[in-house]
Amino acid sequence: MLNFTIRRLFVAIPTIFFLVIACFFLMHLAPGGPFTSERPLPPAVLANIEARYGLDQPLWKQLWDYLTNIVLHFDFGPSFVFKDRDVNDIIAQGFPISLTYGSLSFLAASIVGISLGIAAAIRHNTWIDYFAVSLGILAQALPNFIMGPILILTFTLWLGWLPGGGWYGGQWQYLIMPVIALSTSFMGSIARITRSSMLEVMNANFIRTARAKGLPERTVIWRHAMKPTLLPVISYLGPVFVYVLTGSVFVDLYFSTGGLGQSFVNSALSRDYAVLLGVTILYGSLTVAVNLLTDLSYAWFDPKIRY
Amino acid sequence: MFQRYKKVEALASDMTHHSAVKGRSLMRDARERFLRNKAALVCLGVLFLVVLFVLLGPFFAVWDNETIDWGNMGATGVPSLQTGHYFGTDDLGRDLYSRTIQATGTSLMVGLIGAGMALIIGIAWGVIAGFYGGWLDSVMMRIVDILLAIPLVLVLILILVIAGRSFTTLFIALGAVSWLTMARIVRAQTMALKGREFIEAARASGVSETMIIIRHILPNLMGVVIVYASLLVPDMILAESFISFLGLGISEPSTSLGSLISEGAGTMAYGTLWQLAFPLAFYVTIIITMFFIGDGLRDALDPKDR
Repeated sequence: MLNFTIRRLFVAIPTIFFLVIACFFLMHLAPGGPFTSERPLPPAVLANIEARYGLDQPLWKQLWDYLTNIVLHFDFGPSFVFKDRDVNDIIAQGFPISLTYGSLSFLAASIVGISLGIAAAIRHNTWIDYFAVSLGILAQALPNFIMGPILILTFTLWLGWLPGGGWYGGQWQYLIMPVIALSTSFMGSIARITRSSMLEVMNANFIRTARAKGLPERTVIWRHAMKPTLLPVISYLGPVFVYVLTGSVFVDLYFSTGGLGQSFVNSALSRDYAVLLGVTILYGSLTVAVNLLTDLSYAWFDPKIRY
Repeated sequence: MFQRYKKVEALASDMTHHSAVKGRSLMRDARERFLRNKAALVCLGVLFLVVLFVLLGPFFAVWDNETIDWGNMGATGVPSLQTGHYFGTDDLGRDLYSRTIQATGTSLMVGLIGAGMALIIGIAWGVIAGFYGGWLDSVMMRIVDILLAIPLVLVLILILVIAGRSFTTLFIALGAVSWLTMARIVRAQTMALKGREFIEAARASGVSETMIIIRHILPNLMGVVIVYASLLVPDMILAESFISFLGLGISEPSTSLGSLISEGAGTMAYGTLWQLAFPLAFYVTIIITMFFIGDGLRDALDPKDR
């Protein structure tokens, strides 16, 4: 197990390293920069600005400086657009917000989704099952991009129960709608995956054996069926966790929560490559880390897997 | 002694007759299972109606999608039969009926072509990696891992910025980001198939590797691949909406459901709800029907999954 962890880490670190280099070159490949405007700057001024950000150096030197700054000082450099802020500031401001409502959405989606899926599988072909399946499919068709306007319309404009946007340090009234909007579609997918996985497990031989031993149904479900049921769910949950954080762009735009999604879109539109690169690297590393955790949790859930 | 008995003869012919019964092909089995699935059939019908609406709807339109009706905009642009704006008008006074038809067509096409591209690239990549294995497999899968770790939006934005905005670029960009998971699924499936007895039998009887892939691996992959592709269609529609939302997708006067929804969401505070409601209804209908059809296909093609 420890051996496997170390081996995976040896793969994970070069992956992140590769990702940084690939993104760095892609950014420099894209035409147009933060300093190209409708009225071109005088060459002397442009040269000055480029010298200020080190853009006049050869590309390999820029890359080297960028990498050493990250490794030695954990510094992602200055923003090209905001003169007084660097990338670290922007991430430090937006990331905690995204992380807060992102992890709450993740929790909500997993808890509700898994419970719904299990309830449906245990009461297979009853009205509970049909209700859960319909709810799951309906929820899946409502990604955050669609849920945002629907929620604002219902709870802010019609009922007037909740404020339409803002963050204010994450008070609960401001959290409810972003969390619901972000978690709905994943809740649906999780419910459906759990249901079909559980149905398959309940037909397995070892469940028949457990039942034949005369174990009560509750023990069969919780002690024997639970772990193998959750195995495919977990492999789905890993990417969802990362997506919930990256896919929060619409939530940020609709509810003005000020998370990282907003910085990402703004920097993409204003060609602020420094911020774009920083956010990409953050998400990329997060993906690699979460994938590692997913693989490790497999070992606990599936005794058949040996490392 | 060796007298011929009529009864034995009849029995023998009966037996040979039975053993000569034509085997049921996998696809015919699957089709029968799919046709038994009521929900999937109904959804297929609904989707067919949506397609029919896109094809025939323009003949009933009074206004085209670009003309601005100066007399009916904003709050007065309510859906009505008198003005000829069956779905009302949008913020600029353009007919929403024509625009919804156009947008639905665009979104359906984006979904199909994006999923199709993912299908082709993903199958080729996954089969080669899974079948040949070894260092080739590690390199190819490492590339997929790295690409998966980059947020898709970034790749989409980069491609659209570097290559310029157009329909073709959009389709290529969508295909370029969507094949990764498909490649993984196909690889895993290929590796599982590779160890099976019938592949070994084919190999032992001297079938070339290319022929093994074409005749034995690909047909057995189809079930999983079709199911995943059908689930990819709504994803593609969503991704297109996303980049349209950022202003990098399909440009005016063309439109897609995603752009119409975000326009409608932008003006809903002024009480012009129909601008959100009609595109949203079409969008949700398409997505839900696609899910049910995908589910039906999975039940039909991969029966042991239940």
